[in-house]
Amino acid sequence: MSEEERDIVISVRGLRNSFGDQLIHDGVDLDVRRGEILGVVGGSGTGKSVLMRSIIGLQRPDAGEVEVFGVPMLSASEAAQQSVRKRWGILFQGAALFSTLTVAENIQVPLREFYPRLSERMLDEIAAYKIVMVGLPPDAGPKFPAELSGGMRKRAGIARALALDPELLFLDEPTAGLDPIGAAAFDQLTVDLRDRLGLTVFLITHDLDTLYTICDRVAVLADRKVVAIGTIPELLALDHEWIQEYFGGPRGRAAEEAVEEAEARAEAAEGNSKG
Amino acid sequence: MQHVGPMSSVARFTETAEDGRRVLRFQGDLVLPKLGPLPTRLERLKGRNYVLDLSGVGRMDTIGAWIVHRTARQRESEIVGASEGVEHLLRQVEAADQPVKVRPDPPPAFTRVLGQVGGATMLAGQTMLGLLGFFGAMLISIGQVIRHPRRFRLNAVVQRFEVVGVHAFGIIGLMSFLVGIVIAQQGAVQLRQFGAEVFTVNLIGRSSVKELGVLMTAIMVAGRSGSSFAAQLGSMKLAEEVDAMRTIGVSPMEALVLPRVFATVLMMPLLSFYAALVAIVGGGIFCWIGLDIPPITFVQRTREIIPMTDLWQLLWKAPVFGLIIAMAGCFQGMQVEANAEEVGLRTTTAVVQGIFLVIVLDAFFAVFFTSIGWI
Repeated sequence: MSEEERDIVISVRGLRNSFGDQLIHDGVDLDVRRGEILGVVGGSGTGKSVLMRSIIGLQRPDAGEVEVFGVPMLSASEAAQQSVRKRWGILFQGAALFSTLTVAENIQVPLREFYPRLSERMLDEIAAYKIVMVGLPPDAGPKFPAELSGGMRKRAGIARALALDPELLFLDEPTAGLDPIGAAAFDQLTVDLRDRLGLTVFLITHDLDTLYTICDRVAVLADRKVVAIGTIPELLALDHEWIQEYFGGPRGRAAEEAVEEAEARAEAAEGNSKG
Repeated sequence: MQHVGPMSSVARFTETAEDGRRVLRFQGDLVLPKLGPLPTRLERLKGRNYVLDLSGVGRMDTIGAWIVHRTARQRESEIVGASEGVEHLLRQVEAADQPVKVRPDPPPAFTRVLGQVGGATMLAGQTMLGLLGFFGAMLISIGQVIRHPRRFRLNAVVQRFEVVGVHAFGIIGLMSFLVGIVIAQQGAVQLRQFGAEVFTVNLIGRSSVKELGVLMTAIMVAGRSGSSFAAQLGSMKLAEEVDAMRTIGVSPMEALVLPRVFATVLMMPLLSFYAALVAIVGGGIFCWIGLDIPPITFVQRTREIIPMTDLWQLLWKAPVFGLIIAMAGCFQGMQVEANAEEVGLRTTTAVVQGIFLVIVLDAFFAVFFTSIGWI
């Protein structure tokens, strides 16, 4: 394995997915590098979630190859796949918390599954600090998912996704349905986790603020394939109608300006503190 | 002894004494898959004021950092030799080290038992009240539908006819046929003892029309349709479909409950009559083969011994049972809140409640019909 290959966490080649006679993907190629936050965007129905489901093995593609940590997920043995599952965490769109378990028990599910020898006390302690880390209130542990708000449920979902300290995190529209403050906090959380734990993040989102503020690269799904991948300035330089419309629309421009403003303010603050 | 070589990345520590202080030298990767017995060993430490030397540590994740942090806190120890990254992680878990409730506090046993008894009593009372309220709400919406007949949802009702009635024909027929045979066979064995074998025909005919047909059908309909009503309405409630309906101005009572109740009330007498008939056929076939009573004699005897009042009983009871089953199903379905588990619980409750109420009412009916002379 060459040095470059080792730095590719997810590699998708020639992926094809269809439902009935509806072709969703036809020849999707995608590489996700270690330590980056990759945003995946695309119009509704372009198969962003299907792409994620194909990578994590919930949807068997018609054709193509998917490698995660160098393991070919479509042909690898169950044991090899299980060892990959230990190394990733997934936050589904609706958080997908187990509704009959408390938040703390939800966080402990992957720990119990993969490390049955951990003591009960250790499990409780891990659940406790994960709860604080993702910014849930300290009394959230014994609550059931139905007792939580949408934003808290997402945080609990991410706490469960992070239970095993994964190297790779999949987030499916993490900020959808959150208020702007909650969404900004969630973005900050994602960046923090990446910086702190060296995570690689595969992020499906429609949130332009998220794309501008935290994504290192953005992959654009359109016409049944990844039409472009790169930083936002790189994408903006492309002459693709959908991309121009997406980032150049009023919302896109507003998000861009907000980021520039924030950067200017940060620079000014830095200058002040130095001076 | 710890191994060296290929196993060298497994997390471990050695204890040494230096300058009068005990030093724990950590080595290997302090990450979850490599922890092994390390947490247990650390928990067995006694005393305090250790020095935790992390200079030999390879990779570290938050769980590893947590274990180091916890040991340092419990044993009032000092952490040395942490690299910048490790230092960062330790600060993060330290910030996350706050008193957090993980389990609900259990109330004392006596209060708990008392609470459970009280809760169950309240629940029973609330269910009765709720069922009564539900019945009232249903009557109101029936009244509204009568006043505005256009609001009657014929399509929905016909669709329920099919699901509740037509689709149940096969299983109810088979079940009644077998029950008819069993009654005939068991009855014949007993009646033979005093030479009254020929009265098997009476036994089959009257028990099928009066009790078995309608009861067996009620149980089957409760299992098939009562449960599906509860599950359907319950999952609709969970998905906020019922709320959506209300906001559009569609009354869930009219759109969901009435068609189901109406279809069940109408289908129950038909299914019960059919079940009684098939049970008699089953019994007749046994009489023919097992007791040498020719079919023509069997039919003649059956016509003589079954009074019309038996049929009236069946036709009175069946719609009432249908009403109860459908109402229990719809009521329980509409009570679903919170989570998916409740759909299952409510479905079970709907069936149990339906069958229980049917049998209780059947006893009342038996006493009532006897007292008015429908013997």
